[in-house]
Amino acid sequence: MSIAKRLVIVGAGQAGFQAAASLRQEGFEGSILMIGDEPALPYQRPPLSKTYLKEGDPARLELRPRSFYERLGIDLAMPNVAVDVNRADRVVRTEDGARYPFDYLILATGSACVSPPIPGAALPGVHQLRTLSDAERLRHSLETARRVVVIGGGFIGLEFASVALQAGHEVTLIETAPRLMARALSAHMSETFGKYHMGCGLRLKLSESVLRITADQRGVYSIVLEHECVEADLVLLATGVRPNVLLAVSAGLEIDNGVRATETLQTSDPAIFALGDCASFPDPFTLQRVRLESVQAATDQARLIAKNIVSDMAAPYAALPWFWSDQGQYKLQIAGLSLPGDDEAAVERGDGSLSVFRFRSDRFVALETVNGPSDHMAARKILQARVPVSRQELQRTDFDVKSLARAMTSASN
Amino acid sequence: MTKITFLSATGFDFVVDANDGDSVMQAAILNDVPGIVAECGGAMMCATCHCYVDPDWQHKVPPPSDGEREMLDCAASELRQTSRLSCQIKVSAELEGLIVHLPEAQL
Repeated sequence: MSIAKRLVIVGAGQAGFQAAASLRQEGFEGSILMIGDEPALPYQRPPLSKTYLKEGDPARLELRPRSFYERLGIDLAMPNVAVDVNRADRVVRTEDGARYPFDYLILATGSACVSPPIPGAALPGVHQLRTLSDAERLRHSLETARRVVVIGGGFIGLEFASVALQAGHEVTLIETAPRLMARALSAHMSETFGKYHMGCGLRLKLSESVLRITADQRGVYSIVLEHECVEADLVLLATGVRPNVLLAVSAGLEIDNGVRATETLQTSDPAIFALGDCASFPDPFTLQRVRLESVQAATDQARLIAKNIVSDMAAPYAALPWFWSDQGQYKLQIAGLSLPGDDEAAVERGDGSLSVFRFRSDRFVALETVNGPSDHMAARKILQARVPVSRQELQRTDFDVKSLARAMTSASN
Repeated sequence: MTKITFLSATGFDFVVDANDGDSVMQAAILNDVPGIVAECGGAMMCATCHCYVDPDWQHKVPPPSDGEREMLDCAASELRQTSRLSCQIKVSAELEGLIVHLPEAQL
């Protein structure tokens, strides 16, 4: 880089933070400005549905202290909202009227909770869980609530439900689909988690839709289902998120399940990048355009963008997706991305762990584990290598992924 | 508060006052110690808070779990007998004066 470039990042979540940090680590010498719409320094979101609810200490969530940004010359415009991108002049305008010129723009605008079209879903006191202030409110309500209803059986809903159960609350979870975490997991794994949570006292209502939510003067909510009505002191809506694309739309960028990004994570304007929850990209593993909501995608994508900008390269994004979810005593880990319709084979290890292998046309594509970190790590190595491994090959070795990963590692050395 | 010293691979040292009950990783992050990345935030899903416990301290720190050992296999820098994930070491008064060495790279 001969002349100092100006780089603006919109969004100060995990993706925006990592982009700024990686740019400096790669040696980016231009200015970096991060615009975020929350007052807190960039923080980790995963603990909001887990340890934060127990401990309640927001300082533990900060990705880095303020001195980090000062030391690395990362300017923060927070809280502030980017309202307009002028692509012709290459300027971002914020709510307070400030104008920030850029040579590169990175959109890390994240996602927001979906509000389902349920009458009463917007009643005061019906919670969502996405931001630190959401979590603070939720934590506060949890102190006095006895009966808790969670609407939505995905990762966030279940993580919250297990924290609430552990704290002694009476918890009912309502899910429209016939099984839990159906979008991400095999049927066997859904079943396993359903049994586990019910064993912990969860009242689980599958294939049930909420018709409406009402509240009385005492602050008691009634969640009306087709054949019954569940009362609650606290209601959490955990029905998924949608990508924040408003800024990209107003900038005239292409949208396709989020901001449409290329394999190098550039938008339809090559000076503008998009990553994390807000962006869809061509995934080399499934050969589909996907949008991922995970820490892994946010950080790996940020690193690729930083590297490409600093070295003026156009390397494609090719990191293996992986995920985790802590629910009570169960640690769920997923290596690889499965699609609806992938086959599954469950293997119970003697050590109490469970591994569910996923296959597409008999090729090993993903592994779901409960309390099985060694299988998970082995699968990550195997799948990242993108060497085809067949179902038959795994069956022959009793699904011994650890040995296979070792063999692959030594072969590549 | 417990004093912990982080020694970087390039010879810098960072002395921090860590909160008891925090992990060594959290102490590094809260005090802006470069060289600990901690991408997953302590969920034992990555190996970017890898450190080497000083040999003099190794016997005072509880040994790693199997899960931690597996994850350490994925560390970017050389794996040694003293390798640990700093998110799995809890700070307590018994560790007053603990010295940990930072690897050359975490990624």
